[in-house]
Amino acid sequence: MKLKGWKELTPGAVITEAGSALKFKTGSWRAFRPKWIPENCIQCMFCWIYCPDMAIKVKDGKRAEFDYDYCKGCGICALECPGKKGNKAIVMEEEGK
Amino acid sequence: MGQKIVAVTGNEAVANALRQVNPDVSAAYPITPATDIMQRFTSFVSNGLVKTEMILVESEHSAMSACIGASAAGGRVMTATASQGLALMWELLFIASGSRLPIVMALVNRALSAPLNIHGDHSDGMGARDCGWIQLWSENAQEAYDNTIQAFRIAEHMDIRLPVMTCMDGFIISHSIERIEYLDDYAVKNFVGEYKQLNPLLDIEHPVSYGPLILPDYYMEFRRAHAEVMSKVPGVVLDVAKDFEKISGRKYGLFETYRLDDAEVGLVILNSAAGTSKDVIDEFRNRGIKAGLLKPRLYRPFPYEEVGEALKHLKAVCVLDRADAFGASYGPLFMDIASSIYHYKNKPILINKIYGLGGRDYLPEHAELVLNELAEIAKTGKVKTFKEYIGVRE
Ligand code: SF4
Ligand code: SF4
Repeated sequence: MKLKGWKELTPGAVITEAGSALKFKTGSWRAFRPKWIPENCIQCMFCWIYCPDMAIKVKDGKRAEFDYDYCKGCGICALECPGKKGNKAIVMEEEGK
Repeated sequence: MGQKIVAVTGNEAVANALRQVNPDVSAAYPITPATDIMQRFTSFVSNGLVKTEMILVESEHSAMSACIGASAAGGRVMTATASQGLALMWELLFIASGSRLPIVMALVNRALSAPLNIHGDHSDGMGARDCGWIQLWSENAQEAYDNTIQAFRIAEHMDIRLPVMTCMDGFIISHSIERIEYLDDYAVKNFVGEYKQLNPLLDIEHPVSYGPLILPDYYMEFRRAHAEVMSKVPGVVLDVAKDFEKISGRKYGLFETYRLDDAEVGLVILNSAAGTSKDVIDEFRNRGIKAGLLKPRLYRPFPYEEVGEALKHLKAVCVLDRADAFGASYGPLFMDIASSIYHYKNKPILINKIYGLGGRDYLPEHAELVLNELAEIAKTGKVKTFKEYIGVRE
């Protein structure tokens, strides 16, 4: 994407376009990677609510895979995930391992 | 024109200007010597004389935050503060200017603590001079009233959209009764006109976000754009002044010059002390000494070129600062004046005096002392001290 010059900017850095966070892929920030374990998932959707970005995808009303383009690896989903009978459905793994 | 002559304090005059403008929202927290402005204004709100939504908050940090929110939402917004209050607003000042929100704030100049002092001094305004706001400084209650009204037009100009601080001296002006002329309500209403919104948050048909994270790939472009907008301010200030003259008969420029055109020695001084200095300049003129004065009005952005042109022909100039700049060699106003004449080959000899800190009186004899020293420098070309404190006990 060609970067804009200073004459082309909106005053005060105001964003006048809705949903522009789609263009900002924060996945490259990730040091830890959440891993989904479907057999422990109870479809409570806590991860979807708590995720600060849009990295939890939903398909046909069900929890689907992570969208790693937007997952910055904060670990909130893993912390909040109740899992099944004490077995977490999300675990964090170090990137590159 | 229908102007009414009244005897009021500076604070009363500013409060009345704000009543006449009738802003949509105000958020404020009391602080001496600015309290009186908002105290009067809140009574206008309570008595139904304005339609302003008045938000009483728990600190100046919150006051400026609420002003920012209300301004981004699309309202005409104003507030008032002084000294520590302005200091507490510090981080928000940059957010208001960086987000290009046309908030108008009356700043009643007061010294900064410690030691605690509530009196007139420019340390507060000088500390905030480079935060991206426009600053208009006022010599007396009339100028404070006139600047307040003009500030809305300048701030809200579509080429500008920047916050404006209007400054006047604490107590010396804010609490002294002077004769001033009020415009009638209708004239002020007409002059400021309907508020024009730009990207208001409350326009849900066109959703916008304020305050995004701007990383190194764009931050510098936004700062460069801010500098560009600042460069357009003087032109707008002059246009607004021209319109204001039509309704008031009072003339305003970027700065005021007093007997400066043919002067050989001159003073550069802000706000109320300029009045005292003008009297002394008249006495010196009567004695055959060609003395003059320059009083900045638009202090940020500083009109370097115009000020340089106005001063370059003098032989010796003293810049009087009512604020010190610890660790810098000279006071803040001196540094701006020095920059404005720096590139001329022939330029006046410049000296700096720090005066009037914490409300210490600036007396005619101080101006006399300085003008005598300047006359001597003009004659001999020799300077004893470049920076000195006046009116201080050894
Ligand atoms: S790690 Fe954080 S960003 Fe990634 S999916 Fe979980 S909550 Fe969302
Ligand atoms: S929080 Fe855990 S259990 Fe709930 S939907 Fe997400 S992965 Fe499944």
